[in-house]
Amino acid sequence: MIVFDRVSVTYDDAPAPTLDTVSFVLPEGELCLVAGPTGSGKSTLLKCINGLVPHFTGGTMAGQAVVDGRSTRTHHPRDLVDVVGYVGQDPVAGFVSDSVEDELAYGMESLGISPPTMRKRVEETLDLLGLADVRHRPLATLSGGQQQRVAIGSVLTTHPRILVLDEPTSALDPLAAEEVLATMQRLVHDLGLTVILAEHRLERVVQYADQMLLVPGGGRRVRLGSPADLMRDSALAPPVVELGRAAGWSPLPLSVRDARRRAAGLRDALAGCVAPSHAPLAAAGRELASIRGLVVTYGATPALRDMTWRLDAGEIVAVMGRNGAGKSTLLKAMVGLVKPSSGTVRAGELDPARSRASQLIAAVGLVPQNPSDILYADSVGSECVLADADTHVSPGTAAGLLAELAPDISKSSHPGDLSEGQRLILALCIVMTAAPPLLLLDEPTRGLDYGAKRRLVEVLRRLVASGHGVALATHDVELVAEVASRVVVMAEGEIVADGPTPDILATSPAFAPQVAKILAPAAWLTVPDVVAALASRSAS
Amino acid sequence: MRPMRTVDSPGYARPLHPGAWWLWAIALGAAASRTTNPILCLLILAMAGFVVMARRSRAPWAYAYGAFLKLGLIIIAVRIVLQAVLSSQSQGIHVIVDLPQIPLPAWAAGLKLGGLITWEAVLIAFSQGLQLATIICCVGAANALASAQRLLRSVPGALYEVGVAAVVALTFAPQLVADAVRVRSAQRLRGYDGGRLGGMRRTAMPVLEGALGRSVELAAAMDSRGYGRTTEEAVGARRLTAGLVFGGVLGVAVGLYGLLDASVSGWLGLPMLGAGCLGAAAGLVVGGRRTRRTRYRPDPWALPEWLVVASGIGCAVAFFVVASRDPAAAVPPYPLDIPQVTVLALVGALLGALPAVLAPPPPDRRAASAVNAEPATAAGEEVAT
Repeated sequence: MIVFDRVSVTYDDAPAPTLDTVSFVLPEGELCLVAGPTGSGKSTLLKCINGLVPHFTGGTMAGQAVVDGRSTRTHHPRDLVDVVGYVGQDPVAGFVSDSVEDELAYGMESLGISPPTMRKRVEETLDLLGLADVRHRPLATLSGGQQQRVAIGSVLTTHPRILVLDEPTSALDPLAAEEVLATMQRLVHDLGLTVILAEHRLERVVQYADQMLLVPGGGRRVRLGSPADLMRDSALAPPVVELGRAAGWSPLPLSVRDARRRAAGLRDALAGCVAPSHAPLAAAGRELASIRGLVVTYGATPALRDMTWRLDAGEIVAVMGRNGAGKSTLLKAMVGLVKPSSGTVRAGELDPARSRASQLIAAVGLVPQNPSDILYADSVGSECVLADADTHVSPGTAAGLLAELAPDISKSSHPGDLSEGQRLILALCIVMTAAPPLLLLDEPTRGLDYGAKRRLVEVLRRLVASGHGVALATHDVELVAEVASRVVVMAEGEIVADGPTPDILATSPAFAPQVAKILAPAAWLTVPDVVAALASRSAS
Repeated sequence: MRPMRTVDSPGYARPLHPGAWWLWAIALGAAASRTTNPILCLLILAMAGFVVMARRSRAPWAYAYGAFLKLGLIIIAVRIVLQAVLSSQSQGIHVIVDLPQIPLPAWAAGLKLGGLITWEAVLIAFSQGLQLATIICCVGAANALASAQRLLRSVPGALYEVGVAAVVALTFAPQLVADAVRVRSAQRLRGYDGGRLGGMRRTAMPVLEGALGRSVELAAAMDSRGYGRTTEEAVGARRLTAGLVFGGVLGVAVGLYGLLDASVSGWLGLPMLGAGCLGAAAGLVVGGRRTRRTRYRPDPWALPEWLVVASGIGCAVAFFVVASRDPAAAVPPYPLDIPQVTVLALVGALLGALPAVLAPPPPDRRAASAVNAEPATAAGEEVAT
């Protein structure tokens, strides 16, 4: 179905090719997962399939990609619409109309399909993707999962035989992500579609994949194989695989279900051990922020209802909840970006909504969802100099912090050329320049690979060890399991649960990390915990 | 007589053709342009508002009327300040207050600071401001009732590319504003108080970068969904279309010039305008034939559309007649008198309100409770400033 014959892609001004002589043959009807670190060329590879590379992005392409017998050398993306459906990273950016039905019909209109056929296909697609009850709604009012399904539907109506998706679940909460992935399963099983999708969070996808394409980056060979084979020695691995490796299971389990069947022995071995409590490092630290009776409304819709909450030094608090639960609003209220309708917010001694930015930054800092929002200089070095000037600290503070947290970032590079993970650390350094004791992060792991995430975890642990407090709003349960000491679950602007990480996560169907699901009912959260317990047991 | 189709029934829930709403609103605006009588202007305002309340959908743009009303209030206020307080002309004899006047140099003739402020000046400014506000609110009513994107969907096939460009531009501007707000609040996160010279650059750089990135992404998305897939066609046909449309538009421009400028000889006026229109229309027809696009569920143009347009035109005609027969009722000569209202003007205004019954109800009314929290987060960006 898809044949890559020694494909190389080199973008203009790039020192090395992004893809280097990639060859593989992907048969029809498979669900293929493309995995690799950020910047390894996953997106480029996906765009080669429908011809966006090189027709749209520029750059030089050698070799050729043949899709259903058509070479992308001679066929533009628009000539491949009836073969390949491509859904980009941000579904909203690809919407060309404002309502669900129009969006689904757009591709067919371009193809000149007759109105009765269009009508029939739109109805079928609405049913297939479970969108019938939102068909008349404007796209802007849909939830993230619904928007993603509309984006998928909008390419399905032209009846392509291949579906290409670039990180379809990165912005979604765990349940919405499962919804989208279940849809994908259905397309592969019932319609015989070939689906190729790129994803960082392997724990969400790897058990559904028939094939896996590992793009290691850095000039190493792209490998195609079954996920079970590739996972044996892949540097990128979800927790279930790491647990399988640690326990020496063979073949490796890829799903929680497989692992649970195998794990009876492991559960027995751990029976005598007590799972670590993930308690805060500095118990009962001083209070860094408090919220009492906070109400925030947008128009007539309350986003936060009567919140009361506090945050102490030495703890990492994860704020979780479905999309639209009020997580971001809570963080914004703590830095004064939204004004409370009633109630009080205190960050240290300050009222965030009434303080000057330069004073507030010494008490609390927020790294926004999109770190590029606060970067604007043309080099990392001048970015640091400006951060010093903004916050009135001695010159070199920001640069020193950056050198400590991410020594590999070159001072002369442009912030736009950094990887997602590097940009996040740079934004974090700029926010931390004035040394606020409280650091807030909004969705920090969107688009981060496992390596960058591990780096972030180290940085956060180091900050907390030096007496800072951290709060992060996130959908990433594995990150929360690894780093958080306390979890707050929000729904409809209210706190519905607040407690130590193991208590909240281990029992939740939506937010339980893979290890907890495998080893339930014991409250184990991460692979390192289990490994440490096993090691201490065999030592004693 | 043929049997009535379902789409002809005013009780059958469906979105009305956006073109009908716009024609109705333009007719109402034309009616308002004939009168400075505050009672009539307020009547038109109320009727337009009534129709909006009765027939708007649940879409985000359906709340535009309120924003336009606020804009109208600002227009009236500015008008009163400029005309009654700052202008030395159009003052009357009924003094409200006599402020100390600051003498201005001779070149500022027509302007004054302080001095007499009279009831006449304030009331004239008010009624003229109200007229302008009413016309603008009529546009607001069209905006609230019909999505601009839907209107552009019904442009002729030959203008499809232009329509797409307009749609992109329409979504681009609000996005840009939302981005600027987001980036500016993000600058606060750096501990930047604002005010220094770099502030502009700080906002502009990320906003422009984001906008460029998004337009490239949108272009890629459109291309990978088949945009511009007009299959092989004769170069000659394309040139013919372009020539006809261009020549036609040129003809229209020259014709209009001929009509409006009395010093130009007569043959340049109407005949040229007619020829231009013909040329442009022929271009659209020829061009429309070459695109092989089809349209998904085009909005029907049926009886309710005709009725809505007719009610708008009826209102406009009534006001034009009032203005020519009874100028004192349309433009009250003495601002302090209570303005007259003729029966014809009243009937006209009521005609304009008929779409509240004649237009079919929008289909998504019952789904009102299903609106989830997502629009709140979008609105939150504005509140956050």
